[in-house]
Amino acid sequence: MIEVKNLHKSFGDEHILKGIDFVFDTGKTNLVIGQSGSGKSVLMKCMLGLFTPEKGTIEYDGKAYSDLTDEQKRDLRQEMGMLFQGGALFDSMTVEQNVMFPLRMFTKKKKGELKKRVDEVLERVNLVDSGKKFPAEISGGMQKRVAIARAIVNRPKYLFCDEPNSGLDPHTATVIDNLIHELTVEYDITTVVITHDMNSLLEIGENIAFLKDGVLAWKGDKSQIFKTEDETVTDFVYSSDLFKKVREAQQQGL
Amino acid sequence: MRYLQSIGEYFLMLKGVFGRMTKRTVLKELIFKEIDEIIIGSLGIVAFLSFFIGGVVALQTALNLNNPLIPRTLIAFAARQSIILEFSPTFISIIMAGKVGSFITSSIGSMRVTEQIDALEVMGINALNYLVFPKIIAMLTYPFLIAISMFLGVMGAYSAAVMGGFVPADVFMQGLQEEFDAYHLFYAFFKTFLFAMILATVPSYHGFYMKGGSLEVGKASTTSFVWTSVVIIVTNYVVTQLLLS
Ligand SMILES: Nc1ncnc2c1ncn2[C@@H]1O[C@H](COP(=O)(O)OP(=O)(O)OP(=O)(O)O)[C@@H](O)[C@H]1O
Ligand SMILES: [Mg+2]
Repeated sequence: MIEVKNLHKSFGDEHILKGIDFVFDTGKTNLVIGQSGSGKSVLMKCMLGLFTPEKGTIEYDGKAYSDLTDEQKRDLRQEMGMLFQGGALFDSMTVEQNVMFPLRMFTKKKKGELKKRVDEVLERVNLVDSGKKFPAEISGGMQKRVAIARAIVNRPKYLFCDEPNSGLDPHTATVIDNLIHELTVEYDITTVVITHDMNSLLEIGENIAFLKDGVLAWKGDKSQIFKTEDETVTDFVYSSDLFKKVREAQQQGL
Repeated sequence: MRYLQSIGEYFLMLKGVFGRMTKRTVLKELIFKEIDEIIIGSLGIVAFLSFFIGGVVALQTALNLNNPLIPRTLIAFAARQSIILEFSPTFISIIMAGKVGSFITSSIGSMRVTEQIDALEVMGINALNYLVFPKIIAMLTYPFLIAISMFLGVMGAYSAAVMGGFVPADVFMQGLQEEFDAYHLFYAFFKTFLFAMILATVPSYHGFYMKGGSLEVGKASTTSFVWTSVVIIVTNYVVTQLLLS
Protein backbone atom coordinates (compact mmCIF):
# COMPACT_ATOMS: atom_id res chain seq x y z
CA MET A 1 0.00 0.00 0.00
CA ILE A 2 1.30 3.44 -0.89
CA GLU A 3 -0.30 6.41 0.79
CA VAL A 4 0.20 9.84 -0.71
CA LYS A 5 -0.73 12.69 1.61
CA ASN A 6 -1.08 16.35 0.66
CA LEU A 7 1.63 16.11 -1.98
CA HIS A 8 2.92 19.35 -3.53
CA LYS A 9 5.51 19.67 -6.27
CA SER A 10 6.58 22.73 -8.23
CA PHE A 11 9.17 23.48 -10.88
CA GLY A 12 10.21 27.09 -10.46
CA ASP A 13 6.98 29.11 -10.49
CA GLU A 14 4.99 26.27 -11.99
CA HIS A 15 2.89 24.54 -9.35
CA ILE A 16 2.36 21.07 -10.83
CA LEU A 17 0.95 18.97 -7.99
CA LYS A 18 -1.31 20.92 -5.67
CA GLY A 19 -2.00 18.70 -2.71
CA ILE A 20 -2.69 15.13 -3.81
CA ASP A 21 -4.20 12.63 -1.34
CA PHE A 22 -4.61 9.07 -2.50
CA VAL A 23 -4.19 5.49 -1.33
CA PHE A 24 -2.77 2.94 -3.77
CA ASP A 25 -3.93 -0.53 -2.70
CA THR A 26 -1.89 -3.71 -2.57
CA GLY A 27 -2.81 -6.52 -4.95
CA LYS A 28 -4.70 -4.15 -7.19
CA THR A 29 -3.95 -2.26 -10.36
CA ASN A 30 -4.23 1.38 -9.34
CA LEU A 31 -4.75 3.65 -12.34
CA VAL A 32 -3.79 7.29 -12.65
CA ILE A 33 -5.60 9.04 -15.48
CA GLY A 34 -5.89 12.61 -16.65
CA GLN A 35 -5.07 14.93 -19.51
CA SER A 36 -1.60 15.38 -20.89
CA GLY A 37 0.31 17.75 -18.63
CA SER A 38 -1.91 17.15 -15.61
CA GLY A 39 1.07 15.91 -13.59
CA LYS A 40 0.69 12.14 -13.74
CA SER A 41 4.31 11.42 -14.55
CA VAL A 42 5.46 13.96 -11.98
CA LEU A 43 3.37 12.18 -9.35
CA MET A 44 4.92 8.87 -10.31
CA LYS A 45 8.44 10.26 -10.26
CA CYS A 46 7.77 11.59 -6.76
CA MET A 47 6.68 8.12 -5.71
CA LEU A 48 9.82 6.65 -7.23
CA GLY A 49 11.96 9.08 -5.30
CA LEU A 50 13.27 10.71 -8.49
CA PHE A 51 11.68 14.05 -7.52
CA THR A 52 11.57 15.46 -4.01
CA PRO A 53 8.19 17.01 -3.20
CA GLU A 54 8.13 20.38 -1.38
CA LYS A 55 5.31 19.39 0.89
CA GLY A 56 3.43 16.25 1.88
CA THR A 57 4.45 12.67 2.53
CA ILE A 58 4.54 9.37 0.68
CA GLU A 59 4.27 6.26 2.84
CA TYR A 60 5.23 2.79 1.65
CA ASP A 61 3.39 0.31 3.85
CA GLY A 62 3.47 2.80 6.67
CA LYS A 63 7.07 3.97 6.22
CA ALA A 64 7.39 7.60 5.18
CA TYR A 65 10.01 8.02 2.45
CA SER A 66 11.37 11.26 3.87
CA ASP A 67 12.09 9.59 7.23
CA LEU A 68 14.29 6.90 5.71
CA THR A 69 18.07 6.94 5.80
CA ASP A 70 19.94 6.81 2.50
CA GLU A 71 20.61 3.13 3.10
CA GLN A 72 16.93 2.41 3.69
CA LYS A 73 15.95 4.44 0.64
CA ARG A 74 18.23 2.26 -1.45
CA ASP A 75 16.69 -0.86 0.02
CA LEU A 76 13.25 0.49 -0.73
CA ARG A 77 14.28 1.23 -4.31
CA GLN A 78 15.16 -2.40 -4.74
CA GLU A 79 11.60 -3.28 -3.84
CA MET A 80 10.35 -1.12 -6.70
CA GLY A 81 9.98 -2.08 -10.32
CA MET A 82 9.43 0.48 -13.01
CA LEU A 83 8.09 0.10 -16.50
CA PHE A 84 9.04 3.17 -18.50
CA GLN A 85 6.95 4.59 -21.28
CA GLY A 86 9.51 3.72 -23.95
CA GLY A 87 10.60 0.53 -22.22
CA ALA A 88 14.01 2.01 -21.39
CA LEU A 89 15.74 -1.27 -22.13
CA PHE A 90 19.52 -1.10 -22.17
CA ASP A 91 20.18 -1.36 -25.86
CA SER A 92 23.73 -2.57 -25.46
CA MET A 93 22.47 -5.71 -23.71
CA THR A 94 20.52 -8.72 -24.92
CA VAL A 95 17.00 -9.40 -23.66
CA GLU A 96 18.38 -11.91 -21.17
CA GLN A 97 21.06 -9.54 -19.92
CA ASN A 98 18.48 -6.81 -19.52
CA VAL A 99 16.27 -8.99 -17.37
CA MET A 100 19.23 -10.31 -15.41
CA PHE A 101 20.58 -6.83 -14.78
CA PRO A 102 18.75 -5.99 -11.51
CA LEU A 103 19.58 -9.43 -10.16
CA ARG A 104 23.26 -9.12 -11.01
CA MET A 105 23.43 -5.71 -9.41
CA PHE A 106 21.77 -6.59 -6.16
CA THR A 107 21.98 -10.26 -5.38
CA LYS A 108 24.94 -12.43 -4.54
CA LYS A 109 23.54 -15.54 -6.21
CA LYS A 110 25.47 -17.67 -8.69
CA LYS A 111 25.09 -17.15 -12.43
CA GLY A 112 23.21 -20.45 -12.78
CA GLU A 113 20.58 -19.47 -10.25
CA LEU A 114 20.17 -16.06 -11.84
CA LYS A 115 19.73 -17.65 -15.23
CA LYS A 116 17.03 -19.90 -13.83
CA ARG A 117 15.10 -16.95 -12.46
CA VAL A 118 15.49 -15.05 -15.74
CA ASP A 119 14.16 -18.00 -17.72
CA GLU A 120 11.26 -18.27 -15.33
CA VAL A 121 10.31 -14.62 -15.80
CA LEU A 122 10.84 -14.66 -19.56
CA GLU A 123 8.58 -17.69 -19.73
CA ARG A 124 6.01 -15.78 -17.68
CA VAL A 125 5.93 -13.01 -20.28
CA ASN A 126 6.09 -15.50 -23.15
CA LEU A 127 9.47 -14.59 -24.46
CA VAL A 128 11.66 -17.65 -23.97
CA ASP A 129 12.81 -17.67 -27.58
CA SER A 130 14.01 -14.08 -27.67
CA GLY A 131 16.52 -14.19 -24.83
CA LYS A 132 19.55 -13.80 -27.06
CA LYS A 133 18.16 -10.97 -29.15
CA PHE A 134 18.89 -7.29 -28.69
CA PRO A 135 16.09 -4.81 -27.96
CA ALA A 136 16.42 -3.29 -31.44
CA GLU A 137 15.67 -6.70 -32.95
CA ILE A 138 12.27 -7.24 -31.33
CA SER A 139 8.90 -5.53 -31.73
CA GLY A 140 7.55 -2.75 -29.54
CA GLY A 141 5.12 -5.06 -27.76
CA MET A 142 7.90 -7.54 -27.08
CA GLN A 143 10.11 -4.74 -25.74
CA LYS A 144 7.33 -3.81 -23.33
CA ARG A 145 7.13 -7.41 -22.14
CA VAL A 146 10.89 -7.54 -21.65
CA ALA A 147 10.64 -4.32 -19.65
CA ILE A 148 7.91 -5.91 -17.52
CA ALA A 149 10.10 -8.96 -17.02
CA ARG A 150 12.96 -6.74 -15.91
CA ALA A 151 10.68 -4.80 -13.57
CA ILE A 152 9.41 -7.92 -11.79
CA VAL A 153 12.49 -10.13 -11.84
CA ASN A 154 13.59 -9.01 -8.39
CA ARG A 155 10.09 -9.66 -6.96
CA PRO A 156 9.19 -6.04 -6.26
CA LYS A 157 6.54 -4.99 -3.79
CA TYR A 158 5.73 -1.91 -5.83
CA LEU A 159 5.37 -1.77 -9.58
CA PHE A 160 5.13 1.50 -11.51
CA CYS A 161 4.06 1.66 -15.13
CA ASP A 162 4.04 4.87 -17.15
CA GLU A 163 1.65 4.40 -20.08
CA PRO A 164 2.47 0.72 -20.55
CA ASN A 165 0.45 0.36 -23.72
CA SER A 166 1.01 3.60 -25.56
CA GLY A 167 2.01 2.98 -29.14
CA LEU A 168 0.68 -0.57 -29.21
CA ASP A 169 -2.16 -2.03 -31.21
CA PRO A 170 -5.39 -2.68 -29.25
CA HIS A 171 -4.80 -6.40 -29.03
CA THR A 172 -1.23 -6.16 -27.77
CA ALA A 173 -2.27 -3.38 -25.43
CA THR A 174 -4.83 -5.68 -23.86
CA VAL A 175 -2.22 -8.43 -23.54
CA ILE A 176 0.08 -6.05 -21.69
CA ASP A 177 -2.71 -4.77 -19.44
CA ASN A 178 -3.77 -8.27 -18.51
CA LEU A 179 -0.19 -9.32 -17.91
CA ILE A 180 0.30 -6.41 -15.51
CA HIS A 181 -2.92 -7.24 -13.74
CA GLU A 182 -2.17 -10.96 -13.42
CA LEU A 183 1.30 -10.29 -12.06
CA THR A 184 -0.12 -7.82 -9.57
CA VAL A 185 -2.48 -10.42 -8.19
CA GLU A 186 0.03 -13.26 -8.46
CA TYR A 187 2.82 -11.52 -6.57
CA ASP A 188 0.50 -9.33 -4.47
CA ILE A 189 2.15 -6.13 -5.71
CA THR A 190 1.03 -2.54 -5.25
CA THR A 191 0.82 -1.53 -8.89
CA VAL A 192 0.47 2.02 -10.17
CA VAL A 193 -0.38 2.47 -13.83
CA ILE A 194 -0.56 5.76 -15.70
CA THR A 195 -2.78 5.44 -18.70
CA HIS A 196 -4.56 7.35 -21.44
CA ASP A 197 -6.24 4.26 -22.69
CA MET A 198 -9.96 3.90 -22.02
CA ASN A 199 -9.72 0.18 -22.69
CA SER A 200 -7.28 -0.19 -19.81
CA LEU A 201 -9.75 1.64 -17.66
CA LEU A 202 -12.37 -0.96 -18.49
CA GLU A 203 -10.01 -3.89 -18.19
CA ILE A 204 -7.96 -3.21 -15.11
CA GLY A 205 -9.38 -0.07 -13.45
CA GLU A 206 -9.72 -1.38 -9.93
CA ASN A 207 -8.80 1.84 -8.20
CA ILE A 208 -8.71 5.00 -10.25
CA ALA A 209 -7.27 8.43 -9.49
CA PHE A 210 -8.28 11.15 -11.92
CA LEU A 211 -5.92 14.11 -11.95
CA LYS A 212 -6.86 17.48 -13.31
CA ASP A 213 -4.50 20.46 -13.23
CA GLY A 214 -2.54 18.96 -10.38
CA VAL A 215 -5.43 18.11 -8.09
CA LEU A 216 -7.25 14.85 -7.54
CA ALA A 217 -10.54 15.55 -9.29
CA TRP A 218 -12.18 12.18 -8.80
CA LYS A 219 -11.55 8.68 -7.47
CA GLY A 220 -13.36 5.37 -7.76
CA ASP A 221 -13.27 2.13 -9.75
CA LYS A 222 -14.22 1.07 -13.28
CA SER A 223 -17.85 0.40 -12.49
CA GLN A 224 -18.25 3.83 -10.96
CA ILE A 225 -16.46 5.80 -13.64
CA PHE A 226 -19.10 4.93 -16.22
CA LYS A 227 -21.93 5.87 -13.91
CA THR A 228 -20.66 9.07 -12.43
CA GLU A 229 -22.30 12.35 -13.41
CA ASP A 230 -19.24 14.33 -12.38
CA GLU A 231 -18.64 16.53 -15.39
CA THR A 232 -14.88 16.83 -15.15
CA VAL A 233 -14.75 13.05 -15.39
CA THR A 234 -17.36 12.58 -18.10
CA ASP A 235 -15.77 15.31 -20.24
CA PHE A 236 -12.54 13.36 -20.13
CA VAL A 237 -13.83 9.81 -20.41
CA TYR A 238 -16.39 10.54 -23.10
CA SER A 239 -14.17 12.69 -25.26
CA SER A 240 -14.09 9.91 -27.84
CA ASP A 241 -17.07 9.12 -30.02
CA LEU A 242 -16.92 5.44 -29.30
CA PHE A 243 -17.36 5.96 -25.60
CA LYS A 244 -20.07 8.55 -26.15
CA LYS A 245 -22.02 5.91 -28.04
CA VAL A 246 -21.38 3.33 -25.33
CA ARG A 247 -22.73 5.79 -22.78
CA GLU A 248 -25.82 6.57 -24.83
CA ALA A 249 -26.44 2.87 -25.25
CA GLN A 250 -26.09 2.37 -21.52
CA GLN A 251 -28.47 5.21 -20.75
CA GLN A 252 -31.02 3.77 -23.13
CA GLY A 253 -30.71 0.55 -21.23
CA LEU A 254 -29.26 -1.46 -24.09
CA MET B 1 26.85 33.22 -15.94
CA ARG B 2 25.63 30.19 -17.85
CA TYR B 3 29.24 28.99 -18.17
CA LEU B 4 29.96 29.36 -14.47
CA GLN B 5 26.88 27.31 -13.74
CA SER B 6 28.01 24.61 -16.17
CA ILE B 7 31.45 24.51 -14.59
CA GLY B 8 29.85 24.09 -11.18
CA GLU B 9 27.61 21.37 -12.54
CA TYR B 10 30.64 19.65 -14.06
CA PHE B 11 32.43 19.45 -10.72
CA LEU B 12 29.26 18.25 -8.99
CA MET B 13 29.12 15.54 -11.61
CA LEU B 14 32.68 14.47 -10.77
CA LYS B 15 31.68 14.26 -7.14
CA GLY B 16 28.77 12.04 -8.14
CA VAL B 17 31.04 9.82 -10.23
CA PHE B 18 33.18 9.04 -7.22
CA GLY B 19 30.13 8.64 -4.98
CA ARG B 20 28.49 5.31 -4.29
CA MET B 21 30.32 2.59 -6.20
CA THR B 22 28.78 0.03 -8.53
CA LYS B 23 29.31 -3.64 -7.75
CA ARG B 24 32.95 -4.57 -8.39
CA THR B 25 32.44 -7.51 -10.74
CA VAL B 26 30.12 -5.43 -12.91
CA LEU B 27 32.51 -2.50 -12.87
CA LYS B 28 35.41 -4.66 -13.98
CA GLU B 29 33.46 -5.85 -16.99
CA LEU B 30 32.47 -2.31 -17.89
CA ILE B 31 36.08 -1.12 -17.68
CA PHE B 32 37.29 -3.81 -20.07
CA LYS B 33 34.47 -3.01 -22.44
CA GLU B 34 35.40 0.67 -22.43
CA ILE B 35 39.09 -0.07 -22.97
CA ASP B 36 38.10 -2.17 -25.93
CA GLU B 37 35.77 0.43 -27.37
CA ILE B 38 37.73 3.60 -26.64
CA ILE B 39 41.39 2.60 -26.76
CA ILE B 40 41.62 -0.57 -28.87
CA GLY B 41 38.95 0.79 -31.18
CA SER B 42 41.07 3.85 -31.89
CA LEU B 43 44.37 2.06 -32.52
CA GLY B 44 43.86 1.90 -36.27
CA ILE B 45 43.12 5.55 -36.92
CA VAL B 46 45.78 6.72 -34.44
CA ALA B 47 48.42 4.49 -36.03
CA PHE B 48 47.51 5.68 -39.51
CA LEU B 49 47.52 9.38 -38.63
CA SER B 50 50.72 9.17 -36.59
CA PHE B 51 52.71 7.40 -39.28
CA PHE B 52 51.75 9.76 -42.05
CA ILE B 53 51.94 13.01 -40.08
CA GLY B 54 55.35 11.92 -38.78
CA GLY B 55 56.34 11.34 -42.38
CA VAL B 56 55.06 14.69 -43.55
CA VAL B 57 56.83 16.57 -40.76
CA ALA B 58 60.15 15.01 -41.79
CA LEU B 59 59.40 15.61 -45.45
CA GLN B 60 58.63 19.30 -44.90
CA THR B 61 61.77 19.83 -42.86
CA ALA B 62 63.86 18.06 -45.48
CA LEU B 63 62.35 20.02 -48.37
CA ASN B 64 62.76 23.36 -46.64
CA LEU B 65 66.30 22.71 -45.51
CA ASN B 66 68.26 24.49 -48.23
CA ASN B 67 70.89 26.21 -46.14
CA PRO B 68 74.04 24.01 -46.20
CA LEU B 69 75.13 25.44 -42.80
CA ILE B 70 72.24 23.73 -41.04
CA PRO B 71 73.09 20.08 -40.32
CA ARG B 72 70.90 17.35 -41.84
CA THR B 73 70.41 15.89 -38.37
CA LEU B 74 67.84 18.61 -37.86
CA ILE B 75 65.33 16.57 -39.87
CA ALA B 76 65.13 13.82 -37.26
CA PHE B 77 65.53 16.23 -34.37
CA ALA B 78 62.66 18.45 -35.51
CA ALA B 79 60.42 15.49 -36.23
CA ARG B 80 61.12 13.98 -32.80
CA GLN B 81 60.46 17.21 -30.96
CA SER B 82 57.26 18.09 -32.75
CA ILE B 83 55.90 14.55 -32.49
CA ILE B 84 56.67 14.06 -28.80
CA LEU B 85 55.83 17.54 -27.62
CA GLU B 86 52.73 18.43 -29.57
CA PHE B 87 51.64 16.15 -32.34
CA SER B 88 51.07 12.94 -30.41
CA PRO B 89 49.70 14.31 -27.12
CA THR B 90 47.72 17.29 -28.37
CA PHE B 91 46.80 16.70 -31.98
CA ILE B 92 45.79 13.09 -31.42
CA SER B 93 43.73 14.17 -28.40
CA ILE B 94 41.82 16.62 -30.56
CA ILE B 95 41.15 13.83 -33.05
CA MET B 96 40.02 11.68 -30.13
CA ALA B 97 37.69 14.45 -28.97
CA GLY B 98 35.98 14.01 -32.30
CA LYS B 99 36.04 10.24 -32.40
CA VAL B 100 35.72 9.10 -28.80
CA GLY B 101 34.20 12.29 -27.39
CA SER B 102 31.20 12.34 -29.65
CA PHE B 103 30.78 8.59 -29.19
CA ILE B 104 30.65 9.06 -25.41
CA THR B 105 28.26 12.01 -25.61
CA SER B 106 25.90 10.34 -28.01
CA SER B 107 25.84 7.01 -26.20
CA ILE B 108 25.20 8.58 -22.79
CA GLY B 109 22.88 11.16 -24.34
CA SER B 110 20.72 8.57 -26.04
CA MET B 111 20.53 6.69 -22.75
CA ARG B 112 19.25 9.92 -21.19
CA VAL B 113 16.71 10.49 -23.95
CA THR B 114 15.33 6.95 -23.84
CA GLU B 115 15.04 7.01 -20.02
CA GLN B 116 17.73 4.34 -19.59
CA ILE B 117 19.48 6.61 -17.09
CA ASP B 118 16.23 7.01 -15.15
CA ALA B 119 15.89 3.23 -15.23
CA LEU B 120 19.33 2.88 -13.63
CA GLU B 121 18.52 5.46 -11.00
CA VAL B 122 15.17 3.89 -10.16
CA MET B 123 16.96 0.62 -9.56
CA GLY B 124 19.06 2.40 -6.96
CA ILE B 125 22.21 2.48 -9.09
CA ASN B 126 24.48 5.51 -9.09
CA ALA B 127 24.18 6.15 -12.82
CA LEU B 128 27.11 8.57 -12.89
CA ASN B 129 29.40 6.02 -11.33
CA TYR B 130 28.06 3.26 -13.54
CA LEU B 131 28.50 5.21 -16.75
CA VAL B 132 31.42 7.58 -16.23
CA PHE B 133 33.76 5.88 -13.75
CA PRO B 134 34.65 2.98 -16.12
CA LYS B 135 35.46 5.52 -18.83
CA ILE B 136 37.82 7.40 -16.51
CA ILE B 137 39.62 4.19 -15.54
CA ALA B 138 39.75 3.02 -19.14
CA MET B 139 41.31 6.34 -20.12
CA LEU B 140 44.19 5.66 -17.74
CA THR B 141 45.49 3.44 -20.53
CA TYR B 142 45.35 6.35 -22.97
CA PRO B 143 49.07 7.23 -22.46
CA PHE B 144 49.90 3.84 -23.99
CA LEU B 145 48.00 4.84 -27.09
CA ILE B 146 49.94 8.09 -27.22
CA ALA B 147 53.23 6.21 -26.72
CA ILE B 148 52.35 4.06 -29.71
CA SER B 149 51.50 7.20 -31.64
CA MET B 150 54.90 8.71 -30.81
CA PHE B 151 56.73 5.58 -31.87
CA LEU B 152 54.85 5.32 -35.15
CA GLY B 153 55.27 9.03 -35.79
CA VAL B 154 59.02 8.66 -35.56
CA MET B 155 58.83 5.55 -37.75
CA GLY B 156 56.92 7.59 -40.30
CA ALA B 157 59.55 10.30 -40.17
CA TYR B 158 62.29 7.72 -40.64
CA SER B 159 60.54 6.20 -43.61
CA ALA B 160 60.00 9.54 -45.29
CA ALA B 161 63.46 10.91 -44.60
CA VAL B 162 65.65 7.86 -45.04
CA MET B 163 63.74 5.85 -47.61
CA GLY B 164 62.86 9.04 -49.41
CA GLY B 165 66.60 9.58 -49.83
CA PHE B 166 66.85 12.89 -47.97
CA VAL B 167 69.24 11.73 -45.30
CA PRO B 168 71.33 8.61 -44.57
CA ALA B 169 70.06 6.30 -41.82
CA ASP B 170 72.96 6.97 -39.44
CA VAL B 171 72.53 10.74 -39.70
CA PHE B 172 68.84 10.34 -38.97
CA MET B 173 69.54 8.18 -35.93
CA GLN B 174 72.09 10.70 -34.74
CA GLY B 175 69.58 13.54 -35.05
CA LEU B 176 67.01 11.47 -33.25
CA GLN B 177 69.24 11.22 -30.18
CA GLU B 178 70.43 14.81 -30.26
CA GLU B 179 69.85 16.83 -27.07
CA PHE B 180 67.36 14.34 -25.77
CA ASP B 181 65.69 15.63 -22.62
CA ALA B 182 63.77 13.16 -20.46
CA TYR B 183 61.88 16.04 -18.90
CA HIS B 184 60.16 16.56 -22.26
CA LEU B 185 58.81 13.04 -22.04
CA PHE B 186 57.52 13.74 -18.56
CA TYR B 187 55.87 16.92 -19.83
CA ALA B 188 54.30 15.09 -22.75
CA PHE B 189 52.88 12.28 -20.65
CA PHE B 190 51.76 14.58 -17.89
CA LYS B 191 49.60 16.52 -20.29
CA THR B 192 48.48 13.32 -21.98
CA PHE B 193 47.13 12.21 -18.64
CA LEU B 194 45.24 15.49 -18.22
CA PHE B 195 43.82 15.21 -21.74
CA ALA B 196 42.72 11.65 -20.97
CA MET B 197 40.72 12.88 -18.00
CA ILE B 198 39.22 15.67 -20.09
CA LEU B 199 38.31 13.22 -22.86
CA ALA B 200 36.56 10.94 -20.39
CA THR B 201 34.64 13.55 -18.43
CA VAL B 202 33.72 16.54 -20.61
CA PRO B 203 31.85 14.47 -23.23
CA SER B 204 30.20 12.48 -20.42
CA TYR B 205 28.99 15.72 -18.90
CA HIS B 206 27.44 16.83 -22.19
CA GLY B 207 25.69 13.50 -22.61
CA PHE B 208 24.53 13.06 -19.06
CA TYR B 209 22.93 16.47 -18.63
CA MET B 210 21.45 16.82 -22.09
CA LYS B 211 17.78 17.64 -22.50
CA GLY B 212 15.37 16.92 -25.29
CA GLY B 213 15.01 14.21 -27.90
CA SER B 214 17.14 12.34 -30.39
CA LEU B 215 17.72 15.46 -32.47
CA GLU B 216 19.40 17.07 -29.49
CA VAL B 217 21.72 14.07 -29.11
CA GLY B 218 23.38 15.10 -32.38
CA LYS B 219 23.64 18.70 -31.26
CA ALA B 220 25.05 17.67 -27.90
CA SER B 221 27.78 15.65 -29.64
CA THR B 222 28.80 18.66 -31.68
CA THR B 223 28.83 20.97 -28.67
CA SER B 224 30.73 18.34 -26.76
CA PHE B 225 33.42 18.17 -29.48
CA VAL B 226 33.82 21.94 -29.49
CA TRP B 227 34.13 22.19 -25.72
CA THR B 228 36.40 19.19 -25.32
CA SER B 229 38.77 20.66 -27.93
CA VAL B 230 38.66 24.09 -26.32
CA VAL B 231 39.43 22.68 -22.88
CA ILE B 232 42.27 20.57 -24.28
CA ILE B 233 43.83 23.49 -26.14
CA VAL B 234 43.59 25.82 -23.13
CA THR B 235 44.96 23.15 -20.78
CA ASN B 236 47.78 22.54 -23.25
CA TYR B 237 48.71 26.20 -23.21
CA VAL B 238 48.62 26.49 -19.43
CA VAL B 239 50.62 23.29 -18.87
CA THR B 240 53.22 24.31 -21.42
CA GLN B 241 53.55 27.73 -19.80
CA LEU B 242 53.93 26.16 -16.35
CA LEU B 243 56.23 23.25 -17.16
CA LEU B 244 58.41 24.40 -20.03
CA SER B 245 59.03 28.11 -19.62
N1 LIG C 1 11.69 17.88 -14.85
C1 LIG C 1 10.78 18.83 -15.05
N2 LIG C 1 11.14 20.13 -14.98
C2 LIG C 1 10.24 21.11 -15.19
N3 LIG C 1 8.94 20.90 -15.46
C3 LIG C 1 8.51 19.64 -15.54
C4 LIG C 1 9.41 18.53 -15.35
N4 LIG C 1 8.71 17.40 -15.48
C5 LIG C 1 7.45 17.76 -15.77
N5 LIG C 1 7.31 19.11 -15.78
C6 LIG C 1 6.09 19.84 -16.05
O1 LIG C 1 5.06 19.30 -15.25
C7 LIG C 1 3.82 19.30 -15.97
C8 LIG C 1 3.20 17.94 -15.86
O2 LIG C 1 4.00 17.00 -16.55
P1 LIG C 1 3.75 15.46 -16.54
O3 LIG C 1 4.88 14.85 -17.29
O4 LIG C 1 3.50 14.99 -15.16
O5 LIG C 1 2.43 15.34 -17.39
P2 LIG C 1 1.60 14.02 -17.67
O6 LIG C 1 0.33 14.16 -16.95
O7 LIG C 1 2.43 12.84 -17.40
O8 LIG C 1 1.36 14.20 -19.22
P3 LIG C 1 1.43 13.08 -20.36
O9 LIG C 1 0.14 12.39 -20.32
O10 LIG C 1 1.58 13.88 -21.62
O11 LIG C 1 2.61 12.19 -20.10
C9 LIG C 1 4.16 19.72 -17.39
O12 LIG C 1 3.71 21.04 -17.55
C10 LIG C 1 5.64 19.65 -17.47
O13 LIG C 1 6.12 20.68 -18.29
MG1 LIG D 1 3.51 11.37 -18.60
